[in-house]
Amino acid sequence: MESFIQNLVETHSRRPTRLLAILRAVQARYFHIPNQAIRLLSKELNIPTTRIIGVIEFYSFLHLTPRGRYDILISDSITDHMLGKHNLMDYLSNKLSVSPGSVREDGLVSLDNTSCTGMCDQGPAGLINGHAITRLDRPRIDAIAQLIDEQMAVEDWPKEFFEVGDNIYQSDLLLSSRLTAGQGLQSTFARGLKETLSEIDHSGLRGRGGAGFKTAMKWRFCAEESEQERYVVCNADEGEPGTFKDRVLLNSYADQVFEGMTICAALIGAKQGFLYLRGEYLHLYHKLENVLEQRRQSGLLGNNILGKDMNFDIEICLGAGAYICGEESALIESLEGKCGIPRNRPPYPVSQGYLNKPTVVNNVETFVATANIALHGGAWFAAKGTEKSQGTKILSISGDCLRPGIYEYPFGVTIRQILADCGAHDVLGVQIGGPSGTFISNQELDRILGFEDLATGGSFIVFNSTRNILDIVRNFTDFFAHESCGFCTPCRVGTSLLKKQLDKIVDGHGSAGDVVALEELTRLVKNHSHCGLGQTAANPIIHTLERYPDLYQSQLKKISYEPGFDLNASLETARRMANRNDAGAHLAQVEE
Amino acid sequence: MSKTFTLDGKPIPFEDGQTIMQAATAAGVYIPHLCHHPEFTPHGSCKLCNVNVNGRNCSACTFPATEGQDVLSETTEINQDRQKITQMLFVEGNHFCPSCEKSGNCQLQGVAYHLNMLDNHFPHFYAERKMDASHPDVMIDHNRCIFCTLCVRASQQADSKDVFAISGRGINKHLIVNSESGQLKDSDIDAGDRAAHICPTGAILIKRTGYTVPIGQRIYDHKQIDQVSLETEHESHG
Repeated sequence: MESFIQNLVETHSRRPTRLLAILRAVQARYFHIPNQAIRLLSKELNIPTTRIIGVIEFYSFLHLTPRGRYDILISDSITDHMLGKHNLMDYLSNKLSVSPGSVREDGLVSLDNTSCTGMCDQGPAGLINGHAITRLDRPRIDAIAQLIDEQMAVEDWPKEFFEVGDNIYQSDLLLSSRLTAGQGLQSTFARGLKETLSEIDHSGLRGRGGAGFKTAMKWRFCAEESEQERYVVCNADEGEPGTFKDRVLLNSYADQVFEGMTICAALIGAKQGFLYLRGEYLHLYHKLENVLEQRRQSGLLGNNILGKDMNFDIEICLGAGAYICGEESALIESLEGKCGIPRNRPPYPVSQGYLNKPTVVNNVETFVATANIALHGGAWFAAKGTEKSQGTKILSISGDCLRPGIYEYPFGVTIRQILADCGAHDVLGVQIGGPSGTFISNQELDRILGFEDLATGGSFIVFNSTRNILDIVRNFTDFFAHESCGFCTPCRVGTSLLKKQLDKIVDGHGSAGDVVALEELTRLVKNHSHCGLGQTAANPIIHTLERYPDLYQSQLKKISYEPGFDLNASLETARRMANRNDAGAHLAQVEE
Repeated sequence: MSKTFTLDGKPIPFEDGQTIMQAATAAGVYIPHLCHHPEFTPHGSCKLCNVNVNGRNCSACTFPATEGQDVLSETTEINQDRQKITQMLFVEGNHFCPSCEKSGNCQLQGVAYHLNMLDNHFPHFYAERKMDASHPDVMIDHNRCIFCTLCVRASQQADSKDVFAISGRGINKHLIVNSESGQLKDSDIDAGDRAAHICPTGAILIKRTGYTVPIGQRIYDHKQIDQVSLETEHESHG
């Protein structure tokens, strides 16, 4: 192990900022991070063991105790549930004789749930040793079980298990772009750097991750910082359940993503860029590395780009299972090899980002847009969309529709139109922008997509009338409790309290006052949390309470108070100790 | 003329680079807090010091004071929310004041009294947490840890050591110790370290000093936490 660790540390130039990549490699080899590896890394990288343990315990894909040699994670997104995930999980669990959340006794296989893997258009999906598997069904599970029994290496499994389709159904400005490598950059240099920033300004482009900050303004702020060492970061940590458009952009439009990053580097004066790729998209890693290498060969990355006085390169950094790293300052912390805990702001990343140097962080789609705007000009982009939301938006559509996949629309399109295009019928509601976004009912289908009405990072989940709203809300609420980084009290404790309180009501233990208590809690978590995760974690409850108050009320018992715990079940230990199981050893929840 | 912002209608002078908390404390105005300590880098995690700045909630301990800010702190609504956040801390861990050695010297208890917290309001988590009594002089009772990181910061910034860290994610957060065994006895901690004395609750205690000051004669038995806080933290902010 010693030589393995030493080589690994050397490969990463002994930089503690590469801790996450190093730990990913250790995990892949030993199926966990052994104690000895922690000691060695602490010595080699000259960082305390506590920092290493902290990182391991923060990220879902790193473990202190061994996982199976075949580590299977099944996506727990609501869309996977709707495609029959529960049944499949039971089937898989039986077939492999391992219960979810555990490792089989022989250490060969482990099984667990994981947050949305971004395959909602081809689920139920999962990850096997980090590699995405799609379209799970019983025959495929039978085959997988057999391959595991035969102990065949995952690399040798049938390729079709790992096939990931793009599923592009509707293209507009960006998805129909034929931009070839270098075109946007050449236009940028031909037009002039300042002039190109003006074009981006005129395009009206706002960040496509959901928050919608004006891109040109962000780049200008960064460029105006006195510190000369600056960075460009592409946020490809799309973890919002129901979002998978960046997966498609990185798979089929990677050159445009890197082109946009390089243009940004030229405009702000950065020499180093990072693509922060969510761990769930490991399957894209080598492909993206190849694209980067081609760009280096073509003089589009490296020294003297296009013969100009510009040096810039891009490194790909993989995440390790933490939704919070989609928050830009948490992402930067993660890039630095730390836990993804959002920073206090100000200072903002544009002035103090990566290594406390000025940093632009933008979404994958934003960079694709800037590459195309650099080529076609701002007016080309601004001609589409609405006055407040210019251009187009790429949506990841999943759930109850005939054609789940990728759709690009000019902003201003109605939800009704989108539903018609993707073949959605008998619609109950739509979750727009993922769990952190907005739930709209079928009474609101004439609302429009745009920053002035329904802003979105791209997630669009359709529910038909057979779906149970409370099941949906419960799935989303569990998700936030699981993904809360735990830094601040209102989110750390509040998201777990929301889960408890919601469970109490949905499970039929709620009584008068419990919905009010739930509302009070949503307000606290929303108003006092440190970052966007906590501030939006209660949205699923808030939005459905607004629209379906009776649904919540109807779950309540007609008594004044009901304890939050199951009284009789709580006596189980006492019954066991007293060796009693008579009627007198059981209590009713409330006096009849 | 020094710059000022408004805190609950009163003008508060400040210097560039000061946070709202620093300026307020210097001006003799208490803003409830637990994870903040004037000697260490602000953390901004407990959220008790959340104030409303021009309509937006911000942590006073990390948010910079700027000219003309309109800051609200002592409103009924904000103090009610602070009470709820304190209650969250109480139900998350296992805090039983009557049997706790820190009672009367505990900032969590002190701030709860200050905010007129009369019950726990939320359901208890009854988290299973361990103790570490391995060290001859210092002990950790994880039941009472509120993850304020004051011991982490004090060890790094005052003791030039690195004894503590917070590990885990979300509700599974926990305090860990930098030593081969993970136990306090094998760490660099010394009973004289700032880190061993900084805990605002009873999570880190010095052995064999229990009850040397009787209940009834302790810090918050006679003074409210706001008064104590201003008396002890005023100078450092000055």
